[in-house]
Amino acid sequence: MINSSLKQLGDMLQTKKISSVELTQSFLSRISEYNPAINAYIALDEAKTLAQAKAADALIASGSALPLTGIPIAQKDIFCAKGWQTTCGSKMLANFIAPYDAQVISQFDAVGAVNLGKTNMDEFAMGSSNETSYFGGVKNPWDFDRVPGGSSGGSAAAVAARLCAAATGTDTGGSIRQPASLCGLTGLKPTYGVVSRYGMIAFASSLDQAGPMAKSAEDCALMMNVMAGFDERDSTSLQREKEDYTRDLNKPLHGLRIGLPKEFFAEGLDANVGNVIEGAIAEYKKLGAEIVEISLPNTGLSIPVYYVLAPAEASSNLSRYDGVRYGHRAAEYTDLMDMYCKSRAEGFGAEVKRRILIGTYVLSAGYYDAYYLKAQQIRRLIAQDFIEAFKQCDVIMGPAAPSTAFKAGEKVDDPVAMYLQDIYTISTNLAGLPGMSVPAGFSAGSDGKALPVGLQIIGNYFDEARMLNVAHQYQQVTDWHTRMPELKASGDLA
Amino acid sequence: MEWEVVIGLETHAQLQTKTKIFSGASTAFGAEPNTQACEVSIALPGVLPVLNKEAVQCAIKFGLAVNAEIAPRSVFARKNYFYPDLPKGYQISQYELPVVGKGAVTIQVPAAGKNAAYEKVINITRAHLEEDAGKSVHGAVEGMSGIDLNRAGTPLLEIVTEPDMRSAAEAVAYAKQLHELVQWIGICDGNMQEGSFRCDVNVSVRKKGSEKLGTRREIKNLNSFKFMQQAIEYETNWQIETLEDGGTIQQATILFNPDTGETRAMRSKEEANDYRYFPDPDLLPLEVTEADKAAVRANMPELPEAMKARFEAQYALSGYDASALTTSRALADYFVAAVDAGAEAKQAANWVMGSVSAKLNAEDKAIHDSPVSASQLAQLLKRIADATISNNAAKQVFEAMWAGEADVDVIIEAKGLKQVSDTGAIEAIINEVLAANSAMVEEYKAGKEKAFNALVGQAMKASKGKANPAQVNDMLKKKLTA
Repeated sequence: MINSSLKQLGDMLQTKKISSVELTQSFLSRISEYNPAINAYIALDEAKTLAQAKAADALIASGSALPLTGIPIAQKDIFCAKGWQTTCGSKMLANFIAPYDAQVISQFDAVGAVNLGKTNMDEFAMGSSNETSYFGGVKNPWDFDRVPGGSSGGSAAAVAARLCAAATGTDTGGSIRQPASLCGLTGLKPTYGVVSRYGMIAFASSLDQAGPMAKSAEDCALMMNVMAGFDERDSTSLQREKEDYTRDLNKPLHGLRIGLPKEFFAEGLDANVGNVIEGAIAEYKKLGAEIVEISLPNTGLSIPVYYVLAPAEASSNLSRYDGVRYGHRAAEYTDLMDMYCKSRAEGFGAEVKRRILIGTYVLSAGYYDAYYLKAQQIRRLIAQDFIEAFKQCDVIMGPAAPSTAFKAGEKVDDPVAMYLQDIYTISTNLAGLPGMSVPAGFSAGSDGKALPVGLQIIGNYFDEARMLNVAHQYQQVTDWHTRMPELKASGDLA
Repeated sequence: MEWEVVIGLETHAQLQTKTKIFSGASTAFGAEPNTQACEVSIALPGVLPVLNKEAVQCAIKFGLAVNAEIAPRSVFARKNYFYPDLPKGYQISQYELPVVGKGAVTIQVPAAGKNAAYEKVINITRAHLEEDAGKSVHGAVEGMSGIDLNRAGTPLLEIVTEPDMRSAAEAVAYAKQLHELVQWIGICDGNMQEGSFRCDVNVSVRKKGSEKLGTRREIKNLNSFKFMQQAIEYETNWQIETLEDGGTIQQATILFNPDTGETRAMRSKEEANDYRYFPDPDLLPLEVTEADKAAVRANMPELPEAMKARFEAQYALSGYDASALTTSRALADYFVAAVDAGAEAKQAANWVMGSVSAKLNAEDKAIHDSPVSASQLAQLLKRIADATISNNAAKQVFEAMWAGEADVDVIIEAKGLKQVSDTGAIEAIINEVLAANSAMVEEYKAGKEKAFNALVGQAMKASKGKANPAQVNDMLKKKLTA
């Protein structure tokens, strides 16, 4: 049952083979068994969760169930959920109980889905290994010595370990796709503006986008049907017709033009990962796709551009955490300035401070033109690269991450090496394009353990339905996405 | 060597929208602290701003009223600084691309001493939309400072002039004119006590004839025209004295203390913040189309200039009268209401600018506080027009109405002010007067015109002022020439 698709779970619930309370309880018991070791969740609230499950059962009994009614979903702790501890992985918000619901949370509530808990993440979504979380790192369920990726590491580990039916994530530079790749799941970062950012704690507002992290493309499509939609409370939310993301899942791929950017297969890519990706491309050829070699010449600039723009926005977005109205306030201080300094020094971790400093620097008088403005100009060039590329192909493919999951602690002292984890994902955020990671096989790690590899699929603006179709067809002829790690119970670890 | 003062103003006009500029919270003044602070006002994690279209319409309205360029595309930017009353740690404002560009206001500078009144054009540099901050409340709890975020997010239009003013009088005339204009077009309630209209004044001095601007000091948050006048005069003298003593002026932000009448530096430029402005990624650029402008224009009230021209044409008023009546929308409305209620226009104009204004000034009241309503005034003027009372008697009635008595006719009756228009009664009085003043009659007949006026005076006096003067005139003339 824990390995069932969302559609199967929905069918079981609606034909009353199982109740939402039973389903929820089975996930909760897995969580109590495995989460102490994996640390995928920051906050759990059985009473709230089971109350929602009960309400879902009532909805099902009344005959007004929707596809996700009664299904337990894990929510990244970046979304405000009324009455829930909402920390964003930071000491700064460790004591913050959200008094309102993010739009994403409201949307799941509205269809009667069950909130299973809040998942661990890099502090303020800044990180690629989940190691910057104030609440501790998260184990990769495929190898507990390794990181799950980040920043949506808790969601990725929860889905991979089957500690939820599906989860939400957010992606500012790769935070859905890289952990999906490292944990062997299917994750989708939609086009910027498709999912409302209201109530989603901001990291870099012009790049942040929420999306699903699930076992399959079909599950992602069902999640997208809930998450996508215009929200008047988010000025960057796009006013578009509601669409059914499952509508094209079964279309054949014959004649699909797949663009392979040569820059994605150059230096820096782990050879084994490269082989897995080539294997996936070969599979697509069998499905009738055509391969087109393309170029995204400014790919190399995407990381420097990102590490100007994202910190600039973050430095301003994180100014509200000043200890005045909520969140961490230093216990002792001499005056206002001292309260600000101490509260922020104590409340933020090293990576967050690093980015606030970078962002403050690049926006400062005298540096703004050379950094922020220049980065904005290059950002447009990067978007232009994609516009040109999509004249030659329907989707772009490549690796989602340059390597498989790395060992915990391996990159914590080398921020630039950590930043390079997002080399293939960041440019789509800068361009506002949708991107996916799809399980494409395994590669043996240094100690011989098989680690998942993710294939990245980048689509044109609003082409999520086609991307889901491309992923789903692949998942009809492969079974990588159905593999699940063997787990040791927490007790075994001691 | 003669000095010249150079003044420019930055005015924050609080816009009269029902809700805040980036959220649905109410903007009403005076509520219990933090009861009008929604999740956006408090800047909870995850909240986002949504621009209030009403605030944009107010800005367009202002732009149209000062004949300004209205930007087809303007951008909201974040002004970053830490302060407890600024919940996000940044203020959303407009920086490089404001919604309203260059415009102009024509001011009337009143006569002062031997200087005659004159008109001057003050150029508007720009006007931009921004949000207000909250307020720090000191002392509500012993030893603590509190924060009231009710005002946080209230929409402001910041209106910036060129350094076009050359005296405190010009600056005050501009500020008053602007104050009137924003109320006239209905975008600001103009309440200076509640902070709805606040002025920052940039003052510098230079040698007359010099093209180069001196170093300026900015007087912050002036909330009365009187203080503005005092502050500028004090500051100007201080700067001139400092320079004449061989000193230099440092750019600074200063405050005016109304108790001492002095200005004092709050912070120097060296301490100034680097606000790290950048475009707010949470808000799309603001686009204003021709259609948007047309829609606002269609709902624009008639502007003072147009109304003045119309008053001259429609009511046959002089340029002076029309101009005086259109110094404020409320005054113009009062005048029109009186005319609509049956008063003759020229007479209504005289009374509104005369007795009514004099009374208001004496009691420091605004026109909408006048105890005599426009329709009451019209009733009174109708009684003059239909010869029920004389102009002089009307003044007594007006005094009574001002003191709270309501009905014109009741007052006339009670005070016995009714004019005598009965030919028989007037003839009797005239006969008496002629009999008693034969000397004057002789003088008149000998060609002394003045004697006639004296006789009229005697007749009026004999009637205790109640005789209809026109009738007295006519009848007396007939008698004397008979």
